[in-house]
Amino acid sequence: MSAARKATIERFRARAAEEGLLDVAYVSTDSPFGPLLLAKTRRGLVRVGLPNQDADELLVDLAERVSPRVLEAPSELDEVRRELDLYFEGKLDRFDLALDWRLSGGFRQRVLRAINRIPYGQTRSYTEMARKAGNERAVRAAGTACGSNPIPVVVPCHRVLRTGGALGGYGGGLPMKQRLLELEGVLDGSPGS
Amino acid sequence: MTALPPFQTVLDAHSAAVLAILRGAVGREAAEDCFQETFLAALRAYPKLENDGNLRGWLLTIAHRKAIDHHRANGREPLPVAEVAELAAAEASPQPDDGLWAAVGALPPKQRAAVALRYGSDLPHSEIAAALGCSPEAARRSLHEGLKRLRKELA
Repeated sequence: MSAARKATIERFRARAAEEGLLDVAYVSTDSPFGPLLLAKTRRGLVRVGLPNQDADELLVDLAERVSPRVLEAPSELDEVRRELDLYFEGKLDRFDLALDWRLSGGFRQRVLRAINRIPYGQTRSYTEMARKAGNERAVRAAGTACGSNPIPVVVPCHRVLRTGGALGGYGGGLPMKQRLLELEGVLDGSPGS
Repeated sequence: MTALPPFQTVLDAHSAAVLAILRGAVGREAAEDCFQETFLAALRAYPKLENDGNLRGWLLTIAHRKAIDHHRANGREPLPVAEVAELAAAEASPQPDDGLWAAVGALPPKQRAAVALRYGSDLPHSEIAAALGCSPEAARRSLHEGLKRLRKELA
């Protein structure tokens, strides 16, 4: 794309934001795990797409479930990127970002909000999360809620393990979960468990 | 109804064509403003768009309107109106601009876009075809059908 057209499109983006037409702003950003897709609405961060997820599909999904006014707008996500970079460097232990929970409803959202309160460097079991969300017996549903977390890493579903300490599952693949827990000093880097 | 694609997809696919056509219609400098107005109007209307079958034609129609607005704002007699009026109603009493453009606006999308691009943006058939994503024959046919309909409407 020519520099002139780039500048023209950049101006369009800025005006769209000014006029309140940017319903979903997104950017693809590098991380130690590969590219992350970050998307936010006027309410806050709404979606973090992990490297093993298809970014185009995530954008189509956002267009359908939030608004088709989806535009690439990197500057809108500067603060999110800054905090994630610091987190991956081990220099940030608490995200201070507005979140938009609209992609999860009901029980799942309650589970995710409970997960969001697990402190850095600590873990909880799926059972505890089910209880915190108001239904101790819905352990499997709590697991599903973790698996469908639309804002992984920032909402730390990687801090939820099986009772007994087994890793359980992770949308971004178990190696990523393991490395995040190592980063937070929970695991010592020995394989498995 | 299938869901609309993310607007970024629309921008990626059609911004070059829209900009090129606007440059042809209003000149390089004014094309910049018209481009902004076109895509802002499109983005504003986008969630309510009911048929995404011809996004390109839809965008080009908006671009065309913005080009007309530009010519009007600059106090020039909009060229396309004069030309289409001549074609459409040679013997009839002169139509007010709005009536003519209302008639153009009422054409089916392909015909409307073809007429707008030919007489509004002064594009040759080959470029109309490129803009509409069809063959030059199909573009010529859409233009022909559109003009035929206009003549009938405005007779």
